Formats: sequence, C-alpha cells, structure tokens
Amino acid sequence: MSRIGNSVMLANVSRRHFLRGLAAGSAFVMAARWGLATAADSAEVKYGAAAMPGGWVDNPNVFIRIDADGTVTITNHRAEMGQGIRTSLALVAADELGADWDRVKVEQADANQDKYGNQNTDGSRSMRHWYEPMRRAAAGARLMLEQAAADQWGVPVDEVETRVHEVVHKNSDRSLGFGELAAAARELEVPDRDQLTLKPDSQLRYIGRETGLVNGDLTNRDTRPPAIDGEDVVTGKARFGADVQMDNMLYAVIARPPVLGATIKSVDDSATLGVRGVVKTITLEGTGMPAAFSPLGGVAVVAENTWAAIKGRDALEIEWNMEPAGDNARYTSNDYRQMLEERAESAGKVVRESGDIEKALKEANKTVTATYYMPHMAQAPMEPPVAIVQFNGDTAEAWAPVQHPRATRQGVAGALGLDLEKVTVHQTLLGGGFGRKSKPDFVIEAARLASQFKGRPVRVQWTREDDIHHAYFHAVSVDRLEAALDSDGKATGWLHRTLSPSIGSLFAEDPKHKADFELGMGFNTMPFDIPAIRLENPEAAAHTRIGWFRAVYNLPHAWAIQSFAAEMAEAAGRDHRDYLLELLGEPRKINPSEFKDGWNYGENPEVYPIDIGRMRAVVERATREANWDNKDRGERRGLGLAMHHSFVSYTAIVMDVEVDDAGEVIIHRADIAFDCGRAVNPERVRSQMEGACVMGIGIALQSEVSFRDGKAEQDNFDRYLIPRMENAPREVHVHLVDGGEDAPMGGVGEPGLPPVAPALCNAIYAATGKRIRRLPVADQLG
Amino acid sequence: MINLTINGQEHELDVPGDMPLLWALRDVVKLTGTKFGCGIAQCGACTVHLDGEATRSCVTPVASAEGKAVTTIEAMADDDVGQRVQQAWLELGVAQCGYCQGGQIMTATALLKENSNPDGAEIRDAMNGNLCRCGTYNRIEAAVARAAGMEDKS
Ligand code: FES
Ligand code: FES
Repeated sequence: MSRIGNSVMLANVSRRHFLRGLAAGSAFVMAARWGLATAADSAEVKYGAAAMPGGWVDNPNVFIRIDADGTVTITNHRAEMGQGIRTSLALVAADELGADWDRVKVEQADANQDKYGNQNTDGSRSMRHWYEPMRRAAAGARLMLEQAAADQWGVPVDEVETRVHEVVHKNSDRSLGFGELAAAARELEVPDRDQLTLKPDSQLRYIGRETGLVNGDLTNRDTRPPAIDGEDVVTGKARFGADVQMDNMLYAVIARPPVLGATIKSVDDSATLGVRGVVKTITLEGTGMPAAFSPLGGVAVVAENTWAAIKGRDALEIEWNMEPAGDNARYTSNDYRQMLEERAESAGKVVRESGDIEKALKEANKTVTATYYMPHMAQAPMEPPVAIVQFNGDTAEAWAPVQHPRATRQGVAGALGLDLEKVTVHQTLLGGGFGRKSKPDFVIEAARLASQFKGRPVRVQWTREDDIHHAYFHAVSVDRLEAALDSDGKATGWLHRTLSPSIGSLFAEDPKHKADFELGMGFNTMPFDIPAIRLENPEAAAHTRIGWFRAVYNLPHAWAIQSFAAEMAEAAGRDHRDYLLELLGEPRKINPSEFKDGWNYGENPEVYPIDIGRMRAVVERATREANWDNKDRGERRGLGLAMHHSFVSYTAIVMDVEVDDAGEVIIHRADIAFDCGRAVNPERVRSQMEGACVMGIGIALQSEVSFRDGKAEQDNFDRYLIPRMENAPREVHVHLVDGGEDAPMGGVGEPGLPPVAPALCNAIYAATGKRIRRLPVADQLG
Repeated sequence: MINLTINGQEHELDVPGDMPLLWALRDVVKLTGTKFGCGIAQCGACTVHLDGEATRSCVTPVASAEGKAVTTIEAMADDDVGQRVQQAWLELGVAQCGYCQGGQIMTATALLKENSNPDGAEIRDAMNGNLCRCGTYNRIEAAVARAAGMEDKS
C-alpha cells in the first residue's frame, strides 16, 4: 500500500472528514440560512462554509486531476455568471499547487453536493467560503506530487520542493515534471489535513497580484493569467445554457398566467397547431401558493424550433381564471406604495431600540423626516432563463444555467418522480444571474414537458417578455426616517421604519414582516452612533413573487439611510463627509448581536464584527480620491457620497454628476473605495465594482417594474430600462482598501451595488438642489 | 428553401421566410455565438454583419438576408479588424458573463471598419444600442479605442 510521508503518524485517521468536510445537520442549516434560528437552537453553532448545506470539501482528488502530459485539470463547482469564479478559484488552486497557468484547464462540475460540498452560488460567498478549502486541496495535491518524487528518488520528502509545474530535489539537480509524477501521486493516500503547509505569501504568484486594467493602466500586462473563458467568449464558442445543442431536440415556450395565482379557464389552440413547425400544445397545471421554485403553469407550445414555438404561442387563445389569484389580481403598485407610505406614519414591530426616541424627538432642536421608495425590479440577466431536460424513463439529464445546482437537481427529480441520484444536472455558463437563476423554476418546466417526450431533449426558452413579466421581483420598499438634531446639528435620535414584502412569502404563508436575514441587510445593522435609536418593521404583504435581486434588501436600506444621512447633514449645515464620519463615530468593532442581528451573512461575529474603522476608511479613501475638499465643480454639477456595509465587505462611492438643462444625468466620474479583506483576484474585483456601479446607476435612474391589476406593466427593454453605455460614468476608479492584517475575506459580487443609487441621488441634489426620494429618477429632473 | 451565405459558406435552409435570421442561425445552422436577448432590436446581443453592416438578426427575416453575406461572431477570428477587437477585449478583460460580448464585438468591428479612429463620443454613439447587464461599458469603450490604436500601429 502506498503511503505518504515517512512515519506511521501519517496514517489517514481523518480521511473521512477530509472527504465530507464539515457538513452540518440539514434542518439547522436551512433554518440558519433563513435567519429563523438563533445560536441557542443548536449546541454547536457553525458559520461560513461549514454552515451551508453540504458544507465544504477539500479533498484534492475531488478538485484536481493531473494527466501524464502535465495538464492540470481543476474542477469548478460554483456557478460562473460573470464574477470570474472559474478563473479565480482555479488560480487559487494553481498557485498553491505550483501549476503553470498555461497548462491549467477548468472543468465544470455537475450538480453533486455530496461530492463537492455546497454549490449554491449566491450571497457573494464563493471566494470567502472556498478560498481555504481550495488552497488545502491544492496543498494536498502538491504534497502527493512531492511524495511521489521523493519515493522515486529514494530521498526524504523534506529534501524535495515544488517549483513551477515540477518537483525538484534540492540536494541534486534532479527534477520531475507534474505529468511524470501524476500516475504515482494518484496512487498515494490523501494526506492528513494537519500535514499540509500552505505557501507563505512571498511564494504566491497569482493570488492577490494586481494585473490587467487598473484605473486606466494595464498592469503586469505580459504576465497576467488569461481568464479561463476569455478566448471562448470573444470567439463565440463559450457555451451558455442557451447554446446547448442536442440531436432531436424540441423547443418550447410557455404562455404563463398573467397574474400570480391565476389559472386557465379555456384554451383554443387550433390556430397554434396550424403554425408550421408546431408539434403539440401542453397544458401545465400551476402548483399554487406559495410559489416557491414551482412553475407557474400555463400552456406550453412545443415545436421544432424556437421561432415556431413563439409564433404558435402568439396564436393561442387563452382565457384566464383570475379568481384563484385573489388579491393579487387587484395589485396596483402605485396604490400599494401610497398605502405603505401611509402605514409608515404609524409605529410597527420594533426590531431594535436603544435610548428614548420619543424624548429625543420631543427635545430636538430640529427634526428631519423623509420617506423613500424603491420599486420592483427584474434581474433581467442578459441570457433569459433557458433549460434543456431529457427524460429517459428511469433517469434524466438536464443542462441549465443555474446558480443553485442542488435545488435544480431536487426540482427535476421531484417533477419526474425520480430519486436524486437518477438525475444529472450539467451546469453551463450563465449569461448573468443576479439572483434570477437561483430559482430553478424554468428547469422544472422543462422537466415536466420532457416527461411527455421520453428520450427526446426538450428545451424551454424564456423570451425577454417572459423574463420581465414573470420575474421573481425585487421587493418594493418604503422607508421612512426621522431624526432629531440638537442645537449643534448633532444627531440625538433616529427612527427608521422599513416596509416591504418578504422573500419569506415565496416559501410559506406570507410573514408580512422581514425575516432576520432581510433586516440584517443593512437595516438593523445600521451603524450610526446615535444615543436614541428605534428601528421598526410594520407589515407589508406580498402580491407577486418576491425574490433575491443582487444585494437584495441592502438596496432599499442603503438608499434610504445614505440619502437621509445627506439630508441630515444639510439640515445641520454640515459637510456631508464630515457629518457621515461623525455619525459613524469612533473606530470600533461591534458584535452584530448588539444590533439584534443574529445572521451576519452566516459568518462568525467574532471573526466578522461590524467594523466602524473599516467604514471610515472607505469613506475617507473615496472622498480623498474624488478630491472632495474641492467640491465646487461648476454649474449644475456636484459630488455625492454614500457608504454601505454588506456581505461582510465595505464600500464607499463618490459620484461627480452633472444634470443638463434637459434633465439628463451625466456622470463624469465615480470613485469607489472597496474593502473586502484580501482581494484574491484584484482584476475581477475591480470589474465587479465597475459593473455594480453601472447596474446601480440603472436602479437610480431607470429601472422599474410597475403593476396594474396584478400584471407587470413592462416586459422588454423598450420600457424596462437598464443602463446603456451613455449612462455609464465617463470614468470609474476603483480603489482597493487594505482592511488590515486581521481583516477577514468578504463578498465581492454584491457589496458594490447598494451605495450607488444614494451616492448618485446625493450628487443630483448637490448639482440641482432637487432631492430624489422616489426611484427611479426617470423624468423627475426634466 | 432559403439560400444563405454564412461566413462564406452556402446553406440551404428549409424554414419559413419570416423566421428571424437569429433563430435560423441558432436553431437550424447551429451557430450559437449570435445570442437572443430581447427579440425586438433593443439589446444588440444578436448582432451580425449583413454585407458588412451591423444588423439585429432578431428582427431580420431570414428571407431578407438571401443574397447577402451573413457574417457572425464565429468568423471574427478570421477578420483582421475583428481579430484586433478580440485581442483588445482580452487584454482589457472586458467580459464578465460574456453573453452580450459577441454582439458587442460585432458592433465594434463594424464601427472600426467604417471609422478606423473613432473618438469617445463616436464610440459611445455606435455602441449605445448594445446592452450589457453586467455593466462592462467602460472597458468596452476602452477596448474599442485600443483596437483602433492597434490598427494605427500596423
Ligand atoms: S435580441 Fe436582437 S436586439 Fe436584442
Ligand atoms: S458581459 Fe454579461 S451581459 Fe455583458
């Protein structure tokens, strides 16, 4: 039996643990995921990756394969949706392994939580949860290569070391390439975790290194490791979900009930069946409420190509029964907003309180009050939902661009009455996700249709109209804030009421209040150092499907709080930056539980406190880079600032904005200061910040889905507006802030987004004196 | 039967004439680099060249492409300008998810063939019809300028 190392001590006692990671009991994990459990519910509280269903895995044999020709194949098990995780996680492994990037390939894992650990790609978690397991997996593989070389040379393993793609004997000039060692290394036992030594930072070649475009300059141009999918993307070869081609495939589009909960009264498909290429129509039952990840039902048109299916759908005559939709059929978002605004005038469920807010408001020298509104939005990833499923009787295969492979596999298995093991879900590239593709409803639709065409792959294609009309919408939100200022303008009281439907309504009877994890997104974690604070969450019912949208409830919370801080500074006659720093108070670390937040993005509050010092640092950096002290930028032009802490990272943005006479907003420059702890692949961190900035501009200026009588009023990019190039800042500068030695790794994909809209609206105020309290800005400046 | 010349090759397609070129390319010819994003000429993901002109294939009936040279992203690596654009895209790390980028590159290449040295305003004007939900616009603009610069050097 081959073994690794020279002593019996290396017998692999913890191998079982190595394979399974630290998967926790799933009931608790689900509860924790939803913020429904507190520490007291479980004897052993788990955090981070260990608290996720399936936990983490760091077995080298799961993630790393080396072939005789030296090719290193790294398996990526997270969804690639533009954040660059296929490149970044592979770089982590390659660096620790000592692999030459030019000889690294990345393979995409199928859905298999038991094998790979958690694959649910949301919450800006991929890097912070997988950085360490990946390094350990690669360090284990490296040790196996080193042992194989030592065995071959008959020398102790501590006499050998790994250089780039080869192992060398330090005392002689012998060397063996990874490929030459691969077969022998594969036979070795996986080393025990405590035998691993990770490379010191000084030996890292890829991790943390600035490459590529840094604020306009190309850095380390010739040594930048190319993005894994870069070449395929620019040549049109990259395979997204939409691009999967199968022999004998059927193409379907579905006419879904226009209102959530409505059902079919009657269908006339005679014209449809006359359309060339249409094969069949199939009526799909909706699964009722709560909607969860279930299909909405409707009438599917199955055809020989997409165009025939679309034309066939246009020809359907369907009468819908609105009765089962109940209140949803009367949902008009404008009325709903007014109702929430009225309700915001009265007290609601208190979620955090300190000091005496009544007294503070009564004794105030001045009070400031404002109510803010953020509308529904659709994620609208550039690739609309699409999925292919083939049902073979006792097995099924799916190909789909999904953020949550596990839920997809479960959904397909459930729809086809198969055991989980009988279903294979192939993860494709995602043409954007933003939370939409966390929900596998569209794959389940394909599975249901496939069950009627045994042996034939069936593709369900969503059109853009489907995508926007039937989104899992970002919740509308009304936030009312009231502050007490003393005679020096100093804040003495803060009363914030937040009202929006909860994502909980998607899965259970409508809770009508935000769950812990929703409040924990910047509402009860509001960091200001004010003597009297009361935070309330009055009721708000859901009337459509509410779901995650990149950064989720951080969006309205940050927009309201950071707009209001600027209004307070104005009322106090103070500079906004100085006032914001004063509101934040002295640098200090706060346990989120002090703020009644038991969630903390799933992270250990000891490791991830709310760090006021890091908040101050990003504010100071962004304002300095933007030359805040020289605020006067001329007529109808001004600077706006906002800061927000989310996904355990810290972001501040300053925008330099001009509003022309026609009311058009021109963004001259954005300075983004971002602290996510160690930036593993700074180049992709910068690109995420740039992209979030653009998306946030759309949230501020353009994007709204409104409802009338239960129906979304927008359904394509002609009326659901998202940013175009003309809306982007002329310049974006991203400044990565060093959070300090003990700064733990934070999220990247989402935390750039929340402060964009308030920074932009604050800049619009500086430019025009017009205070925006209702999004989007649209024609409010005209 | 519809006769098309796609990337220099003749194809005979048994499809109705009103089928948009987009779906003929994707579902019938199986060239999937041309993407579906909106179907109503709003996003540019489906951009191809028809006789060299950037065209939204989602609103172009396949019959109207008969007798014209259809060029798709798959052929850009064989095109001098297209190649430079692709290189600039890679050097600046433009793409995030990448879904829109084929269309972006097709529009950029058509622009540079018409105007080899566009200024910022001209680039923004030409590229404004191509949506990118990931928000890569600043890098797109820089990459178009960079690709134009490469031509100057050659
Ligand atoms: S798909 Fe043709 S422009 Fe959007
Ligand atoms: S790169 Fe994702 S849509 Fe443009």
